Amino acid sequence: MSAITRDEVSHLARLSRLALGDDELDHLAAQLDQIISAVARVQEVAAEDIPPSSHALPLTNVYRADEIRPSLTPEQALAAAPAAEEQRFRVPRILDEEA
Amino acid sequence: MDLVRKGAAELGELIAAGETSAVEVARAHLDRIAAVDGEVRAFLHVDRDTTLAQAREVDRRRAAGEDLGPLAGVPIAHKDVFTTRDMPTTAGSKILEGWRPPYDSTVTARLRARGLVILGKTNMDEFAMGSSTENSAFGPSHNPWDLRRVPGGSSGGSSAAVAAYQAPLSTGTDTGGSIRQPAAVTGIVGMKPTYGGSSRYGVIAFASSLDTPGPFARNVLDAALLHEVFSGHDAMDSTSVDAPVPPVVEAARRADVNGLRVGVVKQFAGEGAEPGVAARFDEAVELLESLGAKVVEVSCPHFSYALSAYYLIAPSEASSNLARFDAMRYGLRVGDDGTRSAEEVMALTRAEGFGPEVKRRIMLGTYALSSGYYDAYYGKAQQVRTLVKRDFDTAFEQVDVLVSPTTPTTAFPIGERVDDPMAMYLADLYTIPANLTGNAAISVPCGLADGLPVGLQIMAPVLGDDRAYRVAAAVERALEDRWSGPLLAQAPEL
Repeated sequence: MSAITRDEVSHLARLSRLALGDDELDHLAAQLDQIISAVARVQEVAAEDIPPSSHALPLTNVYRADEIRPSLTPEQALAAAPAAEEQRFRVPRILDEEA
Repeated sequence: MDLVRKGAAELGELIAAGETSAVEVARAHLDRIAAVDGEVRAFLHVDRDTTLAQAREVDRRRAAGEDLGPLAGVPIAHKDVFTTRDMPTTAGSKILEGWRPPYDSTVTARLRARGLVILGKTNMDEFAMGSSTENSAFGPSHNPWDLRRVPGGSSGGSSAAVAAYQAPLSTGTDTGGSIRQPAAVTGIVGMKPTYGGSSRYGVIAFASSLDTPGPFARNVLDAALLHEVFSGHDAMDSTSVDAPVPPVVEAARRADVNGLRVGVVKQFAGEGAEPGVAARFDEAVELLESLGAKVVEVSCPHFSYALSAYYLIAPSEASSNLARFDAMRYGLRVGDDGTRSAEEVMALTRAEGFGPEVKRRIMLGTYALSSGYYDAYYGKAQQVRTLVKRDFDTAFEQVDVLVSPTTPTTAFPIGERVDDPMAMYLADLYTIPANLTGNAAISVPCGLADGLPVGLQIMAPVLGDDRAYRVAAAVERALEDRWSGPLLAQAPEL
């Protein structure tokens, strides 16, 4: 039995905002199935009552002083924008035409 | 004087003594790059004028009496994952092709302040995902020992540049072995510091709980000198460790293992290693014993699960981190023809801008984090992470350092594993545990197998970076006596 279906891979591509063609999805489905089947080894470890670690070191949240510091100018911030207008990033429409 | 064959410490001394200048040293390395990089392809970006201007400025600062420290005027190559305000930064990806960051990473800024001269930006697997540089959108780098083979990865441009005498020093980042593995397969020294010991500010993120910047050099002392200069607490990185930098330079100079307890990781002694690698490793362990170390076998039962846990944790973090490449604020934008929505443009851009491995990892991470699978995959992987940490803790009650081969094989041929992700992932088998737990670990050359370099990995406790350097330096000293020079001297001429 495969660990992941072609439909699931197609759904993952949508969630990941990757517009993939059918060939690419087929290829990825086979590879992801192989990888997931292999890494599923983690489930062999008896881990009842073992706390999860999200991080390597026991660090606590760090706050900085709320001080005014130099920052990028609008020109610097926009310098690499694909499109800019009136000191703003210009983006494609984010709402449906009808909205 | 053949400046490109000299190490960083020696170059720093020659410049300080006025026997050469930062400009002369930079020019010699730029000439070397021009001569050999057509074959090695270590660099993505070299800009002679910018480099020479930096070198002139260092010479001026020194002449004005500024004390810039031991590496003033020494050239360095940076992995193209560190942002640099005067050079493009791509992370090996088409999605960032031509991007000029508006700020410097902490690592590059600190090195500039201490007078290191940037030669250029080095090739890497796209977003540091890979073990060969073959996932670079700009083509692979080549191993100076055999140009048909990979220089390791993801920091393979940085390892190739140092091994090919194009730079005495370089930087890399190590998320699952991306400094130690390329160092091992090119016959140089590469160090993954304790997580949080070096700043991630301005390092394009792959897996934030694992990413660790570190040094490459042709000898242990040079690596330690570089390590010391860029390390230390950084308020710009919230996971930066607020503790003194371990005394790595002192340890590299000390270079003795007398009375030190060295643990051989039972699970990694031989498991999956090709015969030549296993043989060099066994000899290195005998060498340590002959130098006065007390060698014992140590069991770390969960290390065998580390690779699987890593390939769930790292892609999960990557799927989140790489969401920032949305075609809106910087980088590539595809298909914005006035009819498509932002979401369509985003999906088209990401499909065109990311390479196959990056797509695989984003989707794998999205899968591992999705509801219904989270507990079985990401949750389990996080528990394995705890168990690997407990294995380290138990081991370090018995020994001062742990050793293993750095990689299971020597450098593999370009193309061999490129469409077999699991085979590629195995290159990180021995290096991953130290990433999951944040431990310091170094790779130092320990010989050749079929004419290709083999690395010895030395793992030390969190913030015990100096111990790794101390053992690595002792091994290096003994082996260089045996070989009458560094391993790299046995590499073929380019």
